[in-house]
Amino acid sequence: MSDVLSNASVADKTEPPVPLEAFLAADAFAVVASDQSPLNVDVGISLPVRGIAWRALLLPWLLPVGLIAVWQGLSSSGIVSTAIVPAPIEIWRAASQLAQRGELKHDILVSLRRVSIGFGIGASTGLLLGLVVGLFVLAQELLDRTLQMVRTIPHLALVPLMILWFGIGEEPRLILVAMGTLFPVYVNTVGGIRNVDPKLIELGQSYGLGRLALVWSIILPAALQPILVGIRYALGVAWLTLVVGETIASRDGVGYLVQNARELLRIDVIVLAILLYAAAGWLSDFLTRLLEQRLLRWHPNYAGHRGT
Amino acid sequence: MSGAEVKLRSVSKAFGRRVVLEGLELSVKARQFVSVIGPSGAGKSTLLRLLAGLETPDRGSIELRRTDRTPDVRIMFQEDRLLPWRSVLRNVLLGVKGRAQDARAILRAVGLQGREDEFPIGLSGGQRQRVALARALIHEPDVLLLDEPFGALDAITRAAMQLLLGQLLAARPRTVLLVTHDVEEALLLSDRVLLISDGRIARDLVLASPRPRHRGDPKLAALKEELLDGLLASERGLSAVARSNGRMST
Repeated sequence: MSDVLSNASVADKTEPPVPLEAFLAADAFAVVASDQSPLNVDVGISLPVRGIAWRALLLPWLLPVGLIAVWQGLSSSGIVSTAIVPAPIEIWRAASQLAQRGELKHDILVSLRRVSIGFGIGASTGLLLGLVVGLFVLAQELLDRTLQMVRTIPHLALVPLMILWFGIGEEPRLILVAMGTLFPVYVNTVGGIRNVDPKLIELGQSYGLGRLALVWSIILPAALQPILVGIRYALGVAWLTLVVGETIASRDGVGYLVQNARELLRIDVIVLAILLYAAAGWLSDFLTRLLEQRLLRWHPNYAGHRGT
Repeated sequence: MSGAEVKLRSVSKAFGRRVVLEGLELSVKARQFVSVIGPSGAGKSTLLRLLAGLETPDRGSIELRRTDRTPDVRIMFQEDRLLPWRSVLRNVLLGVKGRAQDARAILRAVGLQGREDEFPIGLSGGQRQRVALARALIHEPDVLLLDEPFGALDAITRAAMQLLLGQLLAARPRTVLLVTHDVEEALLLSDRVLLISDGRIARDLVLASPRPRHRGDPKLAALKEELLDGLLASERGLSAVARSNGRMST
């Protein structure tokens, strides 16, 4: 680069002037060279990154594993009474007992099914409403005020009403989960669409994109990041709602496990159920992060710069 | 062969109470390269946006004409406006169906071979503008509108881009309107330089000397001085008007 700069200053001083091409021949070359440097930097960083990848894989587990070890130590040495908090080993035993009887698998699957169906209905409705309200002024004027009003009602306050209306079957649980997940997705979808850079929309129009192509090629991809944030948040709400939903007169599910254990004073099973919720939350988060990495791989904050 | 005539008849455009263009008359021959300079807020960008159909004139008529078909008009902005979620190749193919081979050829012509499958985030400012140029050129536009496309680039990259643009247009001439702040850029590249001030054409300069031109050419240097004087005068005029209107001049 310094060579080029000195060339340029020489060119400036020289009389008569150097032709433009001669002046630029060196520059063009330099530009190509400097343009490739980002690639070189990438290659340079990729080796330490591999080391960091291992670290990133192991380091998050250090604290939970350490905590469990300390917990077991405290219980075994009698510092913490197992009547208040059971030792990890007891929880493991409770888990394997329940697993042997097939209850554990059944309850987990039932809860997963409820979350999936409720979330599926809620998130897809929220996405659809968000798209319609975000894209059409008429829909916004017609729907947004009402939806924003309904949104402020804590959906768990509807539990008594749901029981009265739908009895104690599956419906109230699914509807509650759907209501809890609808609004985070809705709000983020509308917000995402509103915040699309109008310059990009103008570009699409001046390059002859029709309405549908504009939505598909520009508006949706631009709004994708906030939509995924909404989906991630909604998954958390889905599990939260299910905890409450499954305490209403259920006969199965992780929430039932807790209710039943409370009546039988099985603290180990209660703690086990809490750990199951933690695992479910982690799994949901992991899946949405995978989705983000796949769909937002062009984004500077997510991995990978190479397209397909 | 690409290129269309451009004719504006008494075109006026105001945004609210601010009059940007006032009775503008302009006639550009097919395949002429016209640079438009002028102080900030003189209506240069508005002129391009009118030609691109992104704004409609309040009064007057705009005509883009070629004999055999409706002319294709493409605009390139100061910001590259690349879609970050599309690869370089797919950015060039925006609004185009099934011409991947043409897109590759144009990317080669702008010096980006081998980068087709990357996302724009990995490119430098100059490379991003090359993609934006390729995206405009794949349409073989009859009228190419350039709104300060190199304004945000560093001096060396800008010089390289000017050379590239000159070469691409020498190979395939088309009608070009280039809005620029860089008087030297205007003098190096164009057949004609317009100085727009106060919504009107204050100077209309035809450059006959052959291209490529040389930066240090004494004739160009003299013209540059003259145009800069004109620019400064109209800049003073604008701020005087602004002051007399009781507004802040920015």
